[in-house]
Amino acid sequence: MSSPHSSAPPTIPVLGPGHTYASITEKVSDIVLQFRAPIRWFLGFVVGFSLLQGLMLAIYMLLFKGVGVWGINIPIGWGFDIINFVWWIGIGHAGTLISAILLLFRQQWRTSINRAAEAMTLFAVACALLFPIFHTGRPWLAAYWLLPYPNTMGVWPQFRSPLIWDVFAVSTYGTVSALFWFTGLIPDLATMRDRAKTRVGQVIYGMLAMGWRGSARHWQIYETAYLILAGLSTPLVLSVHTVVSFDFAVSLLPGWHATIFPPYFVAGAIYSGFAMVLTLLIPMRSIYGLQDMITLRHLDNMAKVTLVTGLIVFYGYMMEAFFAWYSANEFERYMIINRTTGPYWYMYWFLICCNGVMPQLLWIRKIRQTPIILFCISIVVNIGMWLERYVIIVTSLHRDFLPSSWGMYQGSRYDWSFYLGTMGLFLTLFYLFIRVLPMIAIFEMRMLLPGGQAQKDAAH
Amino acid sequence: MADTPLYGLMAEFTSTDALVSAAERVHQEGYTRIDALTPMPVHGLAEAMGYDDRRIQKLILAGGILGTCFGLGLQLHVNLIGWNLSIGGVYLSGYPLNIGGRPLVSLPAFIIPAFETTILLAALTAVIGTLVLCGFPQPYHPVFNVKRFRERGSIDGLFLCVEAEDPQFDVAKTRGLLQSLGARGVYDVDA
Repeated sequence: MSSPHSSAPPTIPVLGPGHTYASITEKVSDIVLQFRAPIRWFLGFVVGFSLLQGLMLAIYMLLFKGVGVWGINIPIGWGFDIINFVWWIGIGHAGTLISAILLLFRQQWRTSINRAAEAMTLFAVACALLFPIFHTGRPWLAAYWLLPYPNTMGVWPQFRSPLIWDVFAVSTYGTVSALFWFTGLIPDLATMRDRAKTRVGQVIYGMLAMGWRGSARHWQIYETAYLILAGLSTPLVLSVHTVVSFDFAVSLLPGWHATIFPPYFVAGAIYSGFAMVLTLLIPMRSIYGLQDMITLRHLDNMAKVTLVTGLIVFYGYMMEAFFAWYSANEFERYMIINRTTGPYWYMYWFLICCNGVMPQLLWIRKIRQTPIILFCISIVVNIGMWLERYVIIVTSLHRDFLPSSWGMYQGSRYDWSFYLGTMGLFLTLFYLFIRVLPMIAIFEMRMLLPGGQAQKDAAH
Repeated sequence: MADTPLYGLMAEFTSTDALVSAAERVHQEGYTRIDALTPMPVHGLAEAMGYDDRRIQKLILAGGILGTCFGLGLQLHVNLIGWNLSIGGVYLSGYPLNIGGRPLVSLPAFIIPAFETTILLAALTAVIGTLVLCGFPQPYHPVFNVKRFRERGSIDGLFLCVEAEDPQFDVAKTRGLLQSLGARGVYDVDA
């Protein structure tokens, strides 16, 4: 908190003035229960649903013809599938960071954005999972390659492989994110049940709320469990992108085999995830007039997190170059020279512009608090993070140790249709979510009001 | 009217402070079957009524430990059982992989799946445990018979409920007590 004597501008509150328990409840639940969807909701949904058809087409072609419809080849055996997998998984990380880590740090400003961010996490993980599942070409056979279960062939997975660690990490992450999200929803589902006007709404919300009545004894158990879930999610989310980075770092390929990968990947994940939260919430607060709940303070704070993690990512880029030189290993050195001046040089320098130069604008308070500029920067960051994975994967693979096995990579039309299709899936799910569930945690918002907590609590 | 079985009495308060001190007072009067119903967690409220439920923490710890044992056990089993083993028609033979002479028990590598199963089982225990300890799903509860509670209970109503089963319960006396504590209204809860 700024002291009254400092010249810093006053802190913007996390909740606009004049709100009561009832006004918060009405404002958030009416988005679902009362208002007809605004025309801009339909526009967004139509865009998402149209893109989703591209995913259907790409999956159909893939299953019908095999992975040959993709642009992958030897030496570039990993292409869009892993680029997009890492991109989506990274985006998911911001949701868990906001809901779990900021909860443990008692950051009150997380309250109005955590529900939407957790939904974003779930949908991003769903999109991410499509890539490893479908890159097997025959996903119906993939069960015994991936999951440990007793089968008649007597075959088990190789537990020393980072790819199996990935299966464990990502499936656990998806499950725990869903549990955390649902647990947070229960009290709000009770509110929806009590406020629903239609019988169908009452029955569906009633079944999902499972009889929640706000009993103090239940709150006691609930809050403890929620806090412990946050404590469990915190190491989990850090482990997930660490394990994803192991897919690369544990290999012996120059450009992948680097000890900096885990922290650099985790920072990149949070960076891209916060950018995606901004991309989603800036239009959302304007469509639904939520400027007094998702305030400029929230945008400002998210921009600051984006800036900090962006700087860590940029440090990672510099260290990759530094170690390539300092290692005195000719393959490492060639890798970085090829990356910066080889056939994919424009990708690398575009990436540096997106992730190294553009985020520097976020040092300026005026920009952090101007939603439209922030929205543009968030799009640039999303593109930059996709380029980062493209550069890491393609430029490390395309010039193999022997010049006779060099190659070039380009995504095919089905690669692009698959990728854009997952964006469609993501948007479709997100737009459906804001139509049927409260996108802001109502009961947590009530706790932000003065008197929302017994005064005695202040002495605790 | 007197024939309608009574579940208890419910009093509504206008501030969390009033609710907490009322709950504390009712607890001090010797009532044991009491509960407060609020639309958001109010810290210190359950404690004011003498409730101190610490079972969920222990359950989650047990779930986590079980998860570690399961994760490590699975990997040790797969890497150590090199002979044919089937129990009840289910093949349980392992599949030890010797690749480049690496040890069959590679603990540093095994830590990662074991860590993930730890988190997974602990998180599942946290959620399922919470539902079980709260008695959910619960299709019916008498408090929903109070119209005022249905209307405000999940929005801004702060309620204190005393059950008729309580040994201290006496309709007139309990109602008087609740009213004297500054309740804005006292309602009968039909069973």
